Amino acid sequence: MLEKFRFSIVKNYKIFFAISIIFLCIGFGSMFVRGFNLGIDFTGGSIMDLKFAKQVSVAEIRDVMKEHDLGNSIIQLENSDGATTAQGAIIRTGVIDDAKRREVMGDLKAKLGEFDIQRVENVGATVGGELIQQACLAIVLSWFLMVAYITMRFEFRFAIAAIIALIIDVSVTLSWFSLFHMEMDSSFVAALLTVVGYSINGTIVIFDRIREGLATRRRNESLSDMIDNAIWSTMGRSIYTSGTSLFAVVSIFLFGGETIRNFAFAMMVGFSSGVYTSTFLAGPMWLFLRGKKAGE
Amino acid sequence: MRWNEIGKFLIIAFAIIGGFCVYISPLASSIKQGLDLQGGTHVVLQAVDTPEQKVDDDAVNRSVKIIERRVNELGLTEPVIQRQGKDRIIVELPGVKDPEKAIGMLGRTAMLQFKDMTGKVVMTGNDLKDARAAVQNGAAVVSLEFSSEGGKKFAELTSRNIGKQIAIELDGQTLTAPVVQEAITGGRAQISGQRNVDEAEHLAILLRSGSLPVKIEVMENRTVGPTLGQDSKDKSVKAFAIGISGVFLFMLVFYRLAGVVADIALLLYVMLLLVVMRYLGATLTLPGIAGIILSIGMAVDANVLIFERFKEEMIKGKTIRSAMDSGFSRAIITILDSNTTTLMAAGVLFYLGTGPIKGFAVTLALGTLLSMFTAITVTKFMLHFLVYSGFTNKPFWYGCYGVEPVDTSAPVIKKPVKKEEPKTEVKEDIQEEPMDEEAKLAELKAKFAIKTPDDPAKPTKKYDIKPPADPAKPTKKFDIKPPADPARPTAKPADKEVNK
Repeated sequence: MLEKFRFSIVKNYKIFFAISIIFLCIGFGSMFVRGFNLGIDFTGGSIMDLKFAKQVSVAEIRDVMKEHDLGNSIIQLENSDGATTAQGAIIRTGVIDDAKRREVMGDLKAKLGEFDIQRVENVGATVGGELIQQACLAIVLSWFLMVAYITMRFEFRFAIAAIIALIIDVSVTLSWFSLFHMEMDSSFVAALLTVVGYSINGTIVIFDRIREGLATRRRNESLSDMIDNAIWSTMGRSIYTSGTSLFAVVSIFLFGGETIRNFAFAMMVGFSSGVYTSTFLAGPMWLFLRGKKAGE
Repeated sequence: MRWNEIGKFLIIAFAIIGGFCVYISPLASSIKQGLDLQGGTHVVLQAVDTPEQKVDDDAVNRSVKIIERRVNELGLTEPVIQRQGKDRIIVELPGVKDPEKAIGMLGRTAMLQFKDMTGKVVMTGNDLKDARAAVQNGAAVVSLEFSSEGGKKFAELTSRNIGKQIAIELDGQTLTAPVVQEAITGGRAQISGQRNVDEAEHLAILLRSGSLPVKIEVMENRTVGPTLGQDSKDKSVKAFAIGISGVFLFMLVFYRLAGVVADIALLLYVMLLLVVMRYLGATLTLPGIAGIILSIGMAVDANVLIFERFKEEMIKGKTIRSAMDSGFSRAIITILDSNTTTLMAAGVLFYLGTGPIKGFAVTLALGTLLSMFTAITVTKFMLHFLVYSGFTNKPFWYGCYGVEPVDTSAPVIKKPVKKEEPKTEVKEDIQEEPMDEEAKLAELKAKFAIKTPDDPAKPTKKYDIKPPADPAKPTKKFDIKPPADPARPTAKPADKEVNK
């Protein structure tokens, strides 16, 4: 059924590489210019998400914060219709001591009345720094393990092609977060690693076919054709599997609630990129690593 | 129709569906829930050096013990107190009512000192045997009971200071500074000046549990209120229901009967995942639930890989039975390789992650392993019974379109006509591209009508490579045809050749 749409992926590699390069250029540009919206998990700081018994305004909260030299805190009210007062408020401060945070919250209670804690987070600056280190370590370690495994089961060139595809996926996910200035927290690291695990999965399925093709191809079948055959014979699988996984992720994104929305978004972007790089980039990349040109 | 096989199939199917309907809900609620779902406080404490006291292994261990005692006094179900690394302690307080007070209490040094007027420390909290909150004359007090050693010290302190003031200090702050009326020898005393009973109770807990040997600071604090936790739980249940039904519907639409089999295997997969999580004592967190929903999307992958291979084998002209067998054996290699890499990512996440992220890694890893298991065993058995029951042998019901039904009872295996390859397009490709040595040689040979014995197993390109005006064409055609194939419509491929 898919054969109707068949075109050579290897021979059109320029188009596919160009698409990725454009995406990456925009992404790296944005990372360079806009940077990232790092959450308190990375930078340290505190978030107080409170539900007051009575209506409060930003000014009232800021007055209390000022008394503690925290006048520059970011204060958001949880309301939908643009009213100036609300019961729910989210206060974000820079790095403060937990004792100080307790003092501030005690003061808020004394001056603005009772509140229920929805969510309170306070992260020290050192913890944040450690998380960045850990995140980089985790991603690099996962790449290293995969190179080792793929080299063992396939060959080194497959491993390199697969890792390049993964680096692109991770970069693209980072790009989107930079572009939309979405907040990154510790679950973002988990999402990135899931993207790594998922995208490699698709690449391996295609490489498995190429490996099979290497053993069984006819003498007159060129490597490019063989790769195209390998990719097209797994096209159904690629579409179905990415379809079901994306459906699952989108349903988390839409219905899973505010708390894991960014987490789901990271996976949505990463998975889409993963399908793309596995299908259109990994195969041709392997061919070029073998020192062959498209068509050979 | 073989009723034996159909019976086996139906028994397995109904057992799994029935089990799912009955057990899924109690099973899901029996798994320990993370703080982000049930509400609670997660605190990371760090021991820090002070001029008086340096942090060492023993000091941290003793601190853990003391904090454990303080937490136990809060009467929570399943709190966690864990030492992490050299100088950190992780405390989890599920469902804690007043997180602010609890956090304040954890890190308090709670160093109790009894000083005389000259400021000399005579006694410390170590001389206490017990401390209790009480109400006396409408005021909240903490009544102290000294150890026998402490009782003696206190008797001495009070007898020497009659008419003078002594001070009871906690962490350098004076709690009370009474004037001693008479020598107190009973080994008991009271601290007054507490604002209410709650406060007195907290002080009593701190004094009972002893003072921390080192200074402890709160490094990180994450508190989720019970309402937000409930809200997250409700929403993730909804996302779960929508996610899973979408995936189920998809499998049914695309793979028909095979999809039914896959869906039943998925039900079993979800149940197994929950059972294993429960018995491993794993904690269900919000990212963990996302991991389960995701793993269902991914669990389909193993089934899809198998069914797609199955389909390919059928298109190649195999019977449903042999297509199923070779489909499985080939797909399993792929599934193994691709899932191992996913497991590696999960392993790294588990090794380096903390808290909810670790929970996510566990669900991801378990999900990958179990989905592999259900796809390879359960799907295989059920499909086996279904195929062998002779219920239907129409490839349509196994997700194949445009494939003629293969009659399993007939002894002759028909070679299907290759329609898939768009011939003209491929032909162009070959003419355009620079051929390698082998291909050139093959072309030359063909031109000069030197026949090379073609491999009959790969007939796809047979016609493509030949130039249209090849005089050797008719003979070649017969060479390639399998000898024991009388049913083959010989005219068809020949027509196509001419048409080109």
